[in-house]
Amino acid sequence: MTRAPAPPLAAVALLSAAALGYEVLLLRLFSIVQWHHFAYMIISLALLGYGVSGTVLALLGERAGRHFETLFMAAASLFGAAAVGCFLAAQRVPFNPLELLWDASQPARLAAIYLVLAVPFLFAATGIGLAFVRFRDRIGRVYGADLLGAGGGALGVLGLLFVAMPMDALSVIGALGPVAAALAAGQARRWGPMVAAAALAAGLAVLPAGTLGITPYKGLSQTLETAGARVLSESSSPLGLLTVVDSPRIPFRHAPGLSLASPVGPPEQLGVFTDGDAYAAINRSDPGGPPPGHFAYLTSALPYALRQDPRVLVLGAGVGGDVLQALGQGAAAVDAVEINRQMADLVRGTYAEFAGRPFDRPGVRLHIAEARGFVTASGGGYDIIQVALLDAFGSASAGLHALNESYLYTVEALGLYLDRLADGGLLAVTRWVKLPPRDGLKLLATAAAALRRAGIEEPGRHLALIRGWKTSTLLVRDGPFTAAEAAAVRRFCVERSFDLAWLPDMTADEANRFTVLDQPYFFDGATALLGPDAASFTDRYKYDIRPATDDRPYFFNAFKWRLLPELTALRGRGGLGLLEWGYPVLVATLAQAAVAAVLLIAVPLWLTRRAAAGHAGRGRVLVYFLGLGFAFLFVEMAFIQKFILFLNHPIYAAAAVLSAFLVFAGLGSLVSARLPGRNPAAFAIAAIAMIALTSVFVLPPILAELAAIPLPARFAVSMALIAPLAFCMGMPFPAGLARLGQGAPALIPWAWAINGCASVLGAVLATVIAIEVGFTAVILAAVALYGVAAASFPRPEPP
Amino acid sequence: MPPVPIIRVRASMLTRVVAPLLVLAVAWLAGVPPAGAADEHAEKRAGMVATIAALAADDNRDTGRGRLAPRVMAAMGQTPRHEFVPERRRDDAYRNSPLPIGHGQTISQPYIVALMTDLLDAGPGDRVLEVGTGSGYQAAVLAPLVARVFTIEIIPPLGRTAAERLKRLGYGNVETRIGDGYYGWEDEAPFDAIVVTAAASHIPPPLVQQLKPGGRMVIPVGERFHVQYLTLVTKDADGHVTVRELLPVAFVPLTGDH
Repeated sequence: MTRAPAPPLAAVALLSAAALGYEVLLLRLFSIVQWHHFAYMIISLALLGYGVSGTVLALLGERAGRHFETLFMAAASLFGAAAVGCFLAAQRVPFNPLELLWDASQPARLAAIYLVLAVPFLFAATGIGLAFVRFRDRIGRVYGADLLGAGGGALGVLGLLFVAMPMDALSVIGALGPVAAALAAGQARRWGPMVAAAALAAGLAVLPAGTLGITPYKGLSQTLETAGARVLSESSSPLGLLTVVDSPRIPFRHAPGLSLASPVGPPEQLGVFTDGDAYAAINRSDPGGPPPGHFAYLTSALPYALRQDPRVLVLGAGVGGDVLQALGQGAAAVDAVEINRQMADLVRGTYAEFAGRPFDRPGVRLHIAEARGFVTASGGGYDIIQVALLDAFGSASAGLHALNESYLYTVEALGLYLDRLADGGLLAVTRWVKLPPRDGLKLLATAAAALRRAGIEEPGRHLALIRGWKTSTLLVRDGPFTAAEAAAVRRFCVERSFDLAWLPDMTADEANRFTVLDQPYFFDGATALLGPDAASFTDRYKYDIRPATDDRPYFFNAFKWRLLPELTALRGRGGLGLLEWGYPVLVATLAQAAVAAVLLIAVPLWLTRRAAAGHAGRGRVLVYFLGLGFAFLFVEMAFIQKFILFLNHPIYAAAAVLSAFLVFAGLGSLVSARLPGRNPAAFAIAAIAMIALTSVFVLPPILAELAAIPLPARFAVSMALIAPLAFCMGMPFPAGLARLGQGAPALIPWAWAINGCASVLGAVLATVIAIEVGFTAVILAAVALYGVAAASFPRPEPP
Repeated sequence: MPPVPIIRVRASMLTRVVAPLLVLAVAWLAGVPPAGAADEHAEKRAGMVATIAALAADDNRDTGRGRLAPRVMAAMGQTPRHEFVPERRRDDAYRNSPLPIGHGQTISQPYIVALMTDLLDAGPGDRVLEVGTGSGYQAAVLAPLVARVFTIEIIPPLGRTAAERLKRLGYGNVETRIGDGYYGWEDEAPFDAIVVTAAASHIPPPLVQQLKPGGRMVIPVGERFHVQYLTLVTKDADGHVTVRELLPVAFVPLTGDH
C-alpha cells in the first residue's frame, strides 16, 4: 500500500471553524429576525446535520475514501453556498410564531426552517467526516484539527460580530467554506478546482447576502410602517443590533404605564430597538435644564417619593431614561450600569445633544458592566437600587421571554441587591402588568424568599407593591417600612391613580380602586404569598410563580401544563391570550427534533440493513451510545447556562462553553486509546461523575468570586474550569467505538447514528428539565445517564 | 405541536342557544340575494355567529355576566368579514380566529370583536371613534349600530385600502383618516365611545378628554394574535374616570380545591 498524501489539516480546521461560527451566528440572526428562544432549535438542528452526515458516510461506505479530494471540495463549497443560501431560503418561509396556536400550517413551516438550516451543517460535517474516513490511520491529527478549528470558530465569530454587521458576517462565514475547499485543492495540486473554489469564495464574500427579514410583528417593523419613520443609525455587536429610529410625523410617546394624572406627556423622543424589539426611548432633554417631568408619573418613581437626596444605582441604564428620572426626583448621585457599550454610547456620541448627555450630568457615573457582576464587586451603600424595565411588553405578554434565562430576577440576585443597600435603602423593580398576574407575583415571591434567606421572618413588613395601568413596581426595604413611608406610598398612589397591591398595614378595601380588576388579584396574591399558606397558594395557582433561582433562572416562564387544556378549550373566547406559549413551543420543538432525528439518522440505516442484525450486543450498544449522547449534551447545556451569569450574555456563554467542550473533549478522545481494562470507559465516567457533582457545589462560589475580573480573563477562566470535565467527557465515545472496531465494526455507523439522535434531542430536553426542576437536576440526570452507559459498555466479542 | 381541540358544542347548548340563533340567522339571510358565492359566505357567517353565541352562552354560564347584545350579534351577522381579510385567507375569514392582514397587523378574532363592540355599548345615535382602522372590520361592525364612526389608521397603505373597502361596501357613515390617533379627532369630538386597537404604552389623555360624560373607551392589551385583557375606561356624568381591566374569558387563576 502506498502511503497516502498528508491530510488537509488546515482545510479541515477551517471548515470546522466555519460550521461552528455559523452555529453561533445563527443564534444571533434568529434573535434578530425572530426571538431568542429559537436558540435551542439551532443547537439541535446543527447536531441533526452532524448526525445525518454520519448516516450519509455510512451509506457511502468505502467509496467515500476513494474520492476524498473531490468529495471534500464539493462538501466544503456546498457548505459555503448553503450557509448563505439556506439562511435566505429559511427567511422566505412565512413562519410566524405568534400564529403557531392558530394556524395549522405554522408547525410545518417551523419544521421546514429546521430542516433547511440543518443542510449547511450536513455538508460541513460530511466534509470533515470524509477526512476521518480517508485518513483513518492518522485520525488523531485530523480530529485535533477538527476540534481546534471548531473551538476557534465559536470564539472567532464573536470577534467578527464586533466588526461586521450580522449579514456581512454571514457572507464571511459562507466564504470560508470554499476557502477550505481551495486549500484542500491546493494541497492536492488540483489547480482547476482550486481556482473555482476561490472564485466561489470571492463571490460569497463580495455579493451582499441580502437583508434581514425581521418579523413584521416586532416593534421595529411596526414602527417603520408608519408614515415618516426612518432609521437614523444601526450598530451591531454580539450583544445586539441597535437601531435608532426617528418618527417626526407620528411622534414616539414611550412612557410605559404613565399616569392619566400626569400634567405633561413624554417629550420628543427617538426610538431605540435592540434586535428589532425591546423598545427604549431617547428623551429630548436640555443638558443644563431639568429632566422631563413625566418621569415623576411612572410607577417606577415610587422610591423617590420616600427618600431625599438618595444615592442611586440604576441597573440596566440603557439610553439613560432611569438616570434622568433619578436626577429629576432629586438623586444626589447615580451609578448607572449598562452592559452594552454601544447602547450607552448612543447618548454619549451621536445623540448626545438630543438626549442632554444623561450620563455626563453632575453626579452621574456610567459603568459598562453586567448588573450582577457590578453589584457583586460594588461596595454598596445605595439608598435606592432601581432595576429598569428593559424588555418589550408585547413579547413579554405572550410569554416569548419564557425561555430567556435571567439572572437579574433570582432569589440570589435580589439577596445581593439587598445586601448592597444602605440602612433603610430601597430596592425598586418595575415589571409589566399581566392579567392574571404572573411575573408580578413571582417577583414578590422571589423577594420574599430572598428576605427569608437573609433571616427575616416577616418579609411582608419589608415589601410594598403598587400597580398602574401597564406597570407594577415592587419596593423591597432594608428594614420594615415606617408609618411615614407607608403614608408616602399611599399619597404617591392617590395622586397618580395607582393602586396599592401590597403594603404591610393595608386593608382589603384599599386595593383595587383606580384600575379595577374583576378580583383584587394582586392584593389577594400578595396576601397569600406572604401568609402561612404560601406554598399551597403557589401550588394551586395556575401559573408558575415559584421564586426564580440561579439554578432555575426562568423568571419569565409562568407556564404550567394544566393551563394548556383549559386555555386551548377557551381559545374561542380569547383564552389563548392568557396562555404563556414560549415553553409549549419548546416542547413542540423537542417533538420535531425527535421525529427528524429518527427519520433522517436512524431510519435510512435501518432500511439499508447495513447494521448486522444478528449482533448479540446490539442492546448494550444502543443503551451505551444513547446514554452518552444525552449525558454529554445535558452537561454541555447546563454549563452554557451556568456560564451565562459569569460571562454576562448567552452568546458569550454559548461560544465559550461550546469551544471549551470541543477542544478539551477532543484532547480527551486522543488519549482515550490508552485507557486500560475491560471497560476503559468506566475510569473516564467515574472521573466525569466526580467532577460534575463537585462542580455543582464548587462552581457557583468560584464564579461569584471572579465575577468582577475583566471579560477576556473570565473567558480564560471559563475554559480552564471546563477543561478537566470536558477532557474526561471526550473519552467514553471513542473508547466505545474502538471496542466496536475490534469486534463488531458493522455496528459503528449505528453507534454514530444513535449518538447523533440523542444529541439532537438532548439539547432541547436539557432545557425542559432545567425549566421544570433546575440545572442541578440536569447535571444529576447526566451523571445517572453516564452511570447507565458505564454499565452497558459494549462487551468484547467472544473470540 | 400539541393538538388544539376544536370547540365542542354540547347537545344541550345546541338546543338551547344555537338552534334558535340559527333560525334567526336563516330568517335574516332570507333577505339576502341568493348568489352562489354570497350564499357560501353567508352560510359560513351564520356558522360564525352561532359559534360566538354558543361561546357567549358558555361564558354567561361560567360567570353569570350577561353579554353580547342581540344587536351586536346582528351586526356580526351582517358584516362580510371575508371582504376584510387578504384574498388568500378568505376561506378562513369566518373561522373564530385572528388573521394577519399584512404590515404586521391583524384582524381580530371575531369573538373578541363582538365582545369589544358589546363593551362599547354604543347606541343608534352615537358617535364612535376608532384608533387603529386596520382592515376596517371593527368599523364596519360598528357602522350599523351607531350614527357615525370616525376611524384613524397610522399605516398609510392599510388606511387607504380600508377606506376604499369601506366605501365600496357602502359604509356611508364611516369616516376614515390616515394619521396619528394619539390626539383623537379633535374636530369631531366628543365621542360616545372610543375603541383603541393600536398598541399604546399608556392611555392617551387626549382620548379620555374626547370621551363624553357617560362615554366608554375600550383598549385591548396584549400582543397581535393574543389579546390578554381588555381595558374599559368609563367617564361618568360628572366627568369622573374609571379604568377597568377585564379578562376576555371566564378564567380563575386559582384552582378551587386541591
